[in-house]
Amino acid sequence: MNHDSYQDAYIRGILDEVKTIAMIGASANSVRPSYFVLKYLLAKGYDVIPINPGQAGKEILGQPVYGKLADVPRPIDMVDVFRNSEAAGAVVDEALALSPLPKVIWLQLGIRNDEAAARAEAAGIKVVMNRCPKIEYGRLSGEIGWTGVNSRTISSKRPVLQKGFQHRGLRDLKEKI
Amino acid sequence: MTDRIPGFSTLAIHAGAQPDPSTGARVTPIYQTTAFVFDDVDHAASLFGLQAFGNIYTRITNPTTAALEERVAALEGGTAALATASGHAAQLLAFHAMMMPGDNIVAANKLYGGSINQLNHSFKSFGWEVRWAEATDPDSFTALIDDRTRAIFVESLANPGGVLVDLDAIAAIARSKGIPFVVDNTLATPYLCRPIEHGADIVLHSLTKFMGGHGNSMGGVIVDGGTFDWSASGNYPMLSKPRPEYNGMVLHETFGNFAFAIACRVLGLRDLGPAISPMNSFLIMTGIETLPLRMQRHCDNALKVAEHLKSHDKVDWVSYAGLESDPYYGLHRKYMPKGAGSVFTFGVKGGYDAGVALVSNVQLFSHLANIGDTRSLIIHPASTTHRQLTDEQKTAAGAGPDVVRLSIGLEDVEDLIADLDQALATIEA
Ligand SMILES: Cc1ncc(COP(=O)(O)O)c(C=O)c1O
Repeated sequence: MNHDSYQDAYIRGILDEVKTIAMIGASANSVRPSYFVLKYLLAKGYDVIPINPGQAGKEILGQPVYGKLADVPRPIDMVDVFRNSEAAGAVVDEALALSPLPKVIWLQLGIRNDEAAARAEAAGIKVVMNRCPKIEYGRLSGEIGWTGVNSRTISSKRPVLQKGFQHRGLRDLKEKI
Repeated sequence: MTDRIPGFSTLAIHAGAQPDPSTGARVTPIYQTTAFVFDDVDHAASLFGLQAFGNIYTRITNPTTAALEERVAALEGGTAALATASGHAAQLLAFHAMMMPGDNIVAANKLYGGSINQLNHSFKSFGWEVRWAEATDPDSFTALIDDRTRAIFVESLANPGGVLVDLDAIAAIARSKGIPFVVDNTLATPYLCRPIEHGADIVLHSLTKFMGGHGNSMGGVIVDGGTFDWSASGNYPMLSKPRPEYNGMVLHETFGNFAFAIACRVLGLRDLGPAISPMNSFLIMTGIETLPLRMQRHCDNALKVAEHLKSHDKVDWVSYAGLESDPYYGLHRKYMPKGAGSVFTFGVKGGYDAGVALVSNVQLFSHLANIGDTRSLIIHPASTTHRQLTDEQKTAAGAGPDVVRLSIGLEDVEDLIADLDQALATIEA
């Protein structure tokens, strides 16, 4: 798997496939990037579980916080990691100890750990690194264009509101030329 | 399915402009509204806190303008863009996001005269200093850079003299010094040159010119290349430090490789206010759809006119990089091989009076102070834009008594040549 660039279909597939997301390093501080992403993904209908040892037992945005991945009492589809590249390795190993295994491990913008990614992929887990699910969701839905961001997608199809828990504001831009 | 990367002409038409989700309108509508309703209080809070993408107020974002922004970002190969009321407003907002009082910009000395004024005089009241490097000598930039230098600024193709700068060489200097390389790409447009591919970190435009292309709308844009690390030096506090306007948010950390465009929007445009009108965004966007066709014709016509003038007995010299004899021909072949633009200067024999006679007697060329229109334009700087200067100052500014500037339009080139010929014929030898 090439982790320098991802095809849109790969990212879109992940955003469509997952529902429960454990967010490692979720902050209770409303100006931290992790708080932004947590709030955004919740608003899009994902079930996001904040993981933060310092906040364990409390709530962030109404969601109960757990101290570590192993404490989460339900299956996790995706682990979204807000830690530095080095620390991400240990998080991946914690994720590999889960049962059932998560389907996706996602390392946030600026975070990359190729050895850890290889371990996860060897276990059949999809990996995304150095990307943000909020930005990718906004990009693939066209929403991010509202802020003048280059979504790198074009389409001649009328966007329609999508039903379902991933009520991605606008329909997938599947028609690419 | 592979993600095919669309070509330039496809992007010029489609980027940013999916059909309208609510009506199906194929052309991006003119959202001529000041404000946008919130879904609920929480949505409003998310928008104000920059936690959600969406519209609040047209001074900050507008869907018509957003389509224009995304289109220009796509054409330049940037991560994001921010449109403004004019090219000068784009320059103001871009430097505002980089500079603190006491900081300086090292700029090429060959720039549009209005930009020279802006940097020399207006910016001085903000405590921003400008240092002028010799546009044609990259080493002269290095010599002026110190620990308060926050940007290098050049025009890829300078107005009006047709001077090209060595983008790769200047980009290498900026990179080695850890400062962003800002390029005004107004005269070239991304059709001729994409500065980000040559190491520019930020690209600016006056959209008023060739991008809009029809002489009907003012506009400007800042394109974020997504290439510069705003946090590495600590010298760009607007991006790297917690912002009091947003309860301590750090923009670079939050918005990654499009943080500069966000900073210009939420700290610059929001507070200083030079927003483009949705109507102008619409007109400029319509213009951009034909940019590749127009720009090629502009260049082809300009080359023919320049060649004709070069051999004209009433003309002393022609400064156009598209001519093989021109000192900038080599840089033109390297950085913008499809054409050398359509704005150039020439010297008319007979000096000041001859220049005045020429602009007075043209019938097709319009005598006015603009460039980048479908119509061909002419101006004699010494008797107009540079009138207040002494003769020495005029010559130093490239506006000597004999200098005439043309912006070649899209008319039949034979008609343009005939018009110049008849007007030149009225000049007494
Ligand atoms: C190269 C260049 N940059 C910037 C500007 C300023 O743009 P505006 O007139 O849209 O403010 C101009 C205008 O002539 C220009 O030629």
